[in-house]
Amino acid sequence: MSRTLAEKVWEAHVVRHGSGAEPDLLYIDLHLLHEVTSPQAFDGLRLANRKLRRPDLTIATEDHNVPTVDIDKPIADLVSRTQVETLRRNCAEFGLRLHPMGDFEQGIVHVVGPQLGLTQPGMTVVCGDSHTSTHGAFGALAFGIGTSEVEHVMATQTLPLRPFKTMAINVNGALGEGVTAKDIILAVIAKIGTGGGQGYVLEYRGSAIEALSMEARMTVCNMSIEAGARAGMIAPDDTTFDYISGRPHAPSGADWDAAVEYWKTLRTDDDATFDAEVTIDAAELTPFVTWGTNPGQGLPLSATIPDPEKIVDENERVAAEKALTYMGLEPGTPLRDIRVDTVFLGSCTNGRIEDLRAAADVIKGKRVASGVRMLVVPGSMRVRKQAEDEGLDKVFLDAGAEWRQAGCSMCLGMNPDQLAPGERSASTSNRNFEGRQGKGGRTHLVSPLVAAATAVRGTLSAPADLEN
Amino acid sequence: MDAFTTHTGVGVPLRRSNVDTDQIIPAVYLKRVTRTGFEDGLFAAWRGDENFILNQEPFKAGSVLVAGPDFGTGSSREHAVWALMDYGFRVVVSSRFADIFRGNSGKQGLVAAQCSQSDVELLWKLLESEPGTPVTVDLTDKTVRAKDLVAPFEIDDYTRWRLLEGLDDIALTLRHEPEISAFEGNRQTWLPTTDPLPAV
Repeated sequence: MSRTLAEKVWEAHVVRHGSGAEPDLLYIDLHLLHEVTSPQAFDGLRLANRKLRRPDLTIATEDHNVPTVDIDKPIADLVSRTQVETLRRNCAEFGLRLHPMGDFEQGIVHVVGPQLGLTQPGMTVVCGDSHTSTHGAFGALAFGIGTSEVEHVMATQTLPLRPFKTMAINVNGALGEGVTAKDIILAVIAKIGTGGGQGYVLEYRGSAIEALSMEARMTVCNMSIEAGARAGMIAPDDTTFDYISGRPHAPSGADWDAAVEYWKTLRTDDDATFDAEVTIDAAELTPFVTWGTNPGQGLPLSATIPDPEKIVDENERVAAEKALTYMGLEPGTPLRDIRVDTVFLGSCTNGRIEDLRAAADVIKGKRVASGVRMLVVPGSMRVRKQAEDEGLDKVFLDAGAEWRQAGCSMCLGMNPDQLAPGERSASTSNRNFEGRQGKGGRTHLVSPLVAAATAVRGTLSAPADLEN
Repeated sequence: MDAFTTHTGVGVPLRRSNVDTDQIIPAVYLKRVTRTGFEDGLFAAWRGDENFILNQEPFKAGSVLVAGPDFGTGSSREHAVWALMDYGFRVVVSSRFADIFRGNSGKQGLVAAQCSQSDVELLWKLLESEPGTPVTVDLTDKTVRAKDLVAPFEIDDYTRWRLLEGLDDIALTLRHEPEISAFEGNRQTWLPTTDPLPAV
């Protein structure tokens, strides 16, 4: 029987099929932990006197809470410090590998897994974090879970799940100059909506996807959850294999050959059918930015703020009105006229070396506009080191940006990197929810190229605007 | 987990779509390592506004939240479910739930009752015109009832069964431990482990 990529990976992990309404029991190959969603799960294990079944398939890092300055000092925020110290105690008690603040392998959990070579095609990967969908870029079935499920995986290395439906996102053609993976995914979310992917695994396909680098593919899969899909996947190919080859946890020798032989079978069969299909023409895409308070409220940078009165659907109209009030924006305003206070370059969406290179390329020899602060936060310490080896830190510092340590930082403002009330950001992160980057903060989601150009001009801009 | 069969309480009309988990509980409340006491974080930003529905009588004592579509989008934080339950909510009614939120609800005993949007609108009108109207949510026959209104809701059969019985998911899975061990015996040897790498 012909099957999609998602179905192949699913079936390879079924420990037992459920009967009737009972879900399938799925084996989990890799469990990633961080400090925020794990403490109550560890407590649950202790209360029930249960063991953590597979410490050797589990790895932890500190990312959400960690400060991005003064990391050689204890965390000043006592509640954050307690949470990080709790993770350290739990990892010691249960015998888990942890990359703490300051460690060379520390970083955002979704940057760390792939760069260590722990994320491989055909695996099941979970984490108590919705952006676990990132790992689907390797052809893994990867999705975020809640704390009860974290505890369940700790105790059993499995999860009871009902099969997902499948949706193909076909992106064909070539991307134009200055158009990136971020613009693809923002356009996809604007097209299908924040609930459009609910119940589905998305599979991104087509020539525009095949042409993307591994890091760009991670950007696309990362934001699958913003379209409501728990997971997004891309079939592995030579780009994938080349990325994995030689990484610390990649198979080697005969194991490598056996792995690649299997990985090459991980493609949707030609005659397989998806439950839904969406098609996007890559050539028509331009730099995309959000104007509202959910990631589906996005438009090409050349557009103007929409007029809610012209929106037919009542729920969408009310949502747009509330969004514009919160964002302090008027209908008809060109997006390019919107002035920002802060530019944030980083996160599990766009905090990898290629993102930093792309932004550095735009900002090199220029200055961050007066009155604008720009934070550059590498996704991991390894990315930071690589960027410094390439001199990117100097490029950012010379332009007047701040060069920080690794972590989630201003993506969600659990550490001191936050927007003040009313402050506006252009952010390469993944969520523009009310208060996401700080209470009262206003977020526009953008690509690294747009972030850099915006930092220079002070208003939402693409690199092409710098030439005028 | 406590079993759930039927619940009657004050219905709260929340006329908002895309109520994301950052609105249900902002990230700043996620730094705690405890499992209880999250009620202060529930809708924290909105509760600063005295006109917000939960700041008004009789909705303060609400236990059945009736919200717009795409409830619970965004982050995987189970704290969103804990905050709703710690506040006193036992049921959320919406025409569409985010997948992770719905799953988290089922684990904790919060009923995510999926009604048609037209029934949600009828509930909103009723609860706004007659504040304090008791709403009954019956998991045995899968209906939401308020005065003359009877709205059927959807919930998957397995979650419904677990909620009715109040069963712990992990204990259910551990009954299949031999099958898990057998599966582990057949995994590809080249799959990675997280064992520390030898020092270079």
